Amino acid sequence: MWPDPEIESLVRDRFTPVRLHVKEQADAYTRASERFGASWTPTTLILDPAGVERHRIEGFLPRNDFLAQLHLGLGHVAFHEKRYDEAARAFDGVVSRFPESDAAPEAQYWAGVARYKGSGDAKDLGAVASAFQKRYGDSVWAKKASVWR
Amino acid sequence: MAITWTHEVDAAIDAARRDRKPVLVDFTAAPM
Repeated sequence: MWPDPEIESLVRDRFTPVRLHVKEQADAYTRASERFGASWTPTTLILDPAGVERHRIEGFLPRNDFLAQLHLGLGHVAFHEKRYDEAARAFDGVVSRFPESDAAPEAQYWAGVARYKGSGDAKDLGAVASAFQKRYGDSVWAKKASVWR
Repeated sequence: MAITWTHEVDAAIDAARRDRKPVLVDFTAAPM
């Protein structure tokens, strides 16, 4: 399971980890899968400290893609707690460290939104729209940002 | 140092509130 030291240290240091094995914790697994509508494995949920789901990863991902998704989830948690600078840093980190991941265009979008929420300055949204003209222009996130051009 | 997993979501949420750390829930069927 996750035979990677960076994933292990990230999960250990930044999260409160819960593992529910379909057979070994059968009752707890069933209760939680019904509670969160998680009907497939592997599924990884990231909940904020109040227990509200902020990010979901369904299906296997290679190391870097999985790491990118974990950092994306940390960004979403910070965003929903209105820690916009921290959220923007987390999202920017996904783009810079894992530029080839599917998480990167989503992170680029949310980095701009986090900056805007922190500053109130619409230029931050325009900057994201411009960034999508240079990178990840074929992504759905570029379409979402296109309204800010 | 290995990850110390809990197996109860509500206990983890209580700990998360206390420690201000998000909860990661891993639903798995992989061999342990």
